[in-house]
Amino acid sequence: MSNKVLHAVYDDDDTLLHAVKEVRAGHYHIEEVFTPFPVHGLDKAMGLEPTRIAILAFIYGCIGLTVAVLMMNFIMIEDWPQDIGGKPSFSYIENMPAFVPIMFEMTVFFAAHLMVITFYLRSKLWPFKEAENPIPATTDDKFLMEVAVGSDQKKLTALLKKTGAIDITVQEKQE
Amino acid sequence: MASHYEAPIRRPLVTGEKSYHDVTLDVVAPVEGKANKQWWIVFSIALAAFGWGLGCMIYTISTGIGTWGLNKTVGWAWDITNFVWWVGIGHAGTLISAVLLLFRQKWRMAINRSAEAMTIFSVIQAGLFPIIHMGRPWLAYWVLPIPNQFGSLWVNFNSPLLWDVFAISTYLSVSLVFWWTGLLPDFAMIRDRAIKPFQKKIYGILSFGWSGRAKDWQRFEEVSLVLAGLATPLVLSVHTIVSFDFATSVIPGWHTTIFPPYFVAGAIFSGFAMVNTLLIIMRKVCNLENYITVQHIELMNIVIMITGSIVGVAYITELFIAWYSGVEYEQYAFLNRATGPYWWAYWAMMSCNVFSPQFMWFKKLRTSIMFSFIISIVVNIGMWFERFVIIVTSLHRDYLPSSWTMFSPTFVDIGIFIGTIGFFFVLSKRRNFYPRKISKAEVKTILKSSGDNYKKLREDAHE
Repeated sequence: MSNKVLHAVYDDDDTLLHAVKEVRAGHYHIEEVFTPFPVHGLDKAMGLEPTRIAILAFIYGCIGLTVAVLMMNFIMIEDWPQDIGGKPSFSYIENMPAFVPIMFEMTVFFAAHLMVITFYLRSKLWPFKEAENPIPATTDDKFLMEVAVGSDQKKLTALLKKTGAIDITVQEKQE
Repeated sequence: MASHYEAPIRRPLVTGEKSYHDVTLDVVAPVEGKANKQWWIVFSIALAAFGWGLGCMIYTISTGIGTWGLNKTVGWAWDITNFVWWVGIGHAGTLISAVLLLFRQKWRMAINRSAEAMTIFSVIQAGLFPIIHMGRPWLAYWVLPIPNQFGSLWVNFNSPLLWDVFAISTYLSVSLVFWWTGLLPDFAMIRDRAIKPFQKKIYGILSFGWSGRAKDWQRFEEVSLVLAGLATPLVLSVHTIVSFDFATSVIPGWHTTIFPPYFVAGAIFSGFAMVNTLLIIMRKVCNLENYITVQHIELMNIVIMITGSIVGVAYITELFIAWYSGVEYEQYAFLNRATGPYWWAYWAMMSCNVFSPQFMWFKKLRTSIMFSFIISIVVNIGMWFERFVIIVTSLHRDYLPSSWTMFSPTFVDIGIFIGTIGFFFVLSKRRNFYPRKISKAEVKTILKSSGDNYKKLREDAHE
């Protein structure tokens, strides 16, 4: 099994999208596609699973809400009840209307931050992380498709040419 | 190109026949280029104002709050006025990027990044005021929920002032990650274009190693959408909670249920005005007329007109309800606002906020750059007066006529306010750091549907 991959460079998002479909139809394995901006429909064309990060955000929000309730119940009701403007201080549920704003804020706080942290970790984004796009132009106006070379390199090259690739290079993939 | 169809009746959002690469060049130009003389003049003035404000802050903290014009009757004045004013301005960024994203308004693309940056900078200004007013800012951590043995008692979760702490800090931090996440692809673009090794290193760190994989973009878009969904109620909650600072009190003129929607509308109003002020300068100085078109300015003006009218309705509703309530204290508070010793502040507010946006009904006026610029300044003056009127006129004549008094600011009050304006412009105008102007990745996604050259191509094909 060779570790060779082909890097096909495109200069248009529509051409790329079309090419992805062609290559997949030809039963080749697309390792990765690098684009300068989100190309709509690319994930579906590549057959990527939908991301579950929104579900996680919901769970994180629920955690935030729980933390807010537990925190305020402990502080205001259990540990140190005080008479503040005659508000009920011995029952969380009766004092609850005053706690709604913070319950909401903590929900948003947890959902937003934990979701973004999850995104950074899953996509391997953090300071001092080395960028992995093979050519710098893919953050400007070029689109790069990385295809695993199967048994027949010539046939694949011809197919990529046909789909409108402006440049095709063979790379040894190190893993 | 069928997938990029947009109704021909929609005017192009990007003019000048741009290709993807042109967008890159135009967006990085202000980052890679050198500062001109005009910029240095503006920056120096802002820096001087900031320095002056810093001096006044140090004077306040070292001497005490007595350096301000506050007295026994008027215990809140410029500090909270400035706080609410800056928070209000800080609403536009999130509103533009989150609410307009949910409504799929493509014109947000060119302006959202600078509006988000503006949000963060103005919320920083807002946050300064409560901290300075504490008198001992080194104990500011007492607002956090920390156990009794750290000094004060547990914080009071019944207090709207504490709700404010949570709302503002959530808003600031969420806006910050929203903005930063959106900037990653732009940082990556500068990193990949950089020639100097140092620059490459810096932007490499800032970009978090963004590579633009298909899976990253898929998550990026989902994260942006969910953040927008979270930020929309968040932005509304922030000014609602700010209005609770007043609405939950028993002061006539403050104790009104209309405050949350009224404050939120006012915040959008002043925020959009400030965005207009900054954009009109920026498009000129940075040569971005092809991205921030007259159409963008016009749409902003329409939002200003609508929210200004909502604010006007709120003012009139307040007057009506004061009369209708039959509560004489409430009635007096409003009569005093309009005709008492602070009548000039009330009418300044009325004319700036209610009358001046009505000019925007005329297409000729709302598409005039100069006129829009003037109105955007007038609106921000008016919104400052709104907060001043609400706060000071409600307090200066309290329940006990013997304690009736007036408020006049000292040079320290004025100095700190000017200082925050300077600080805001220092932050907004600094260069050579990040592509704060325009989000290139987002503009590129709308280029084929809304660029004038692509629109023309489609028209030709149609014929």
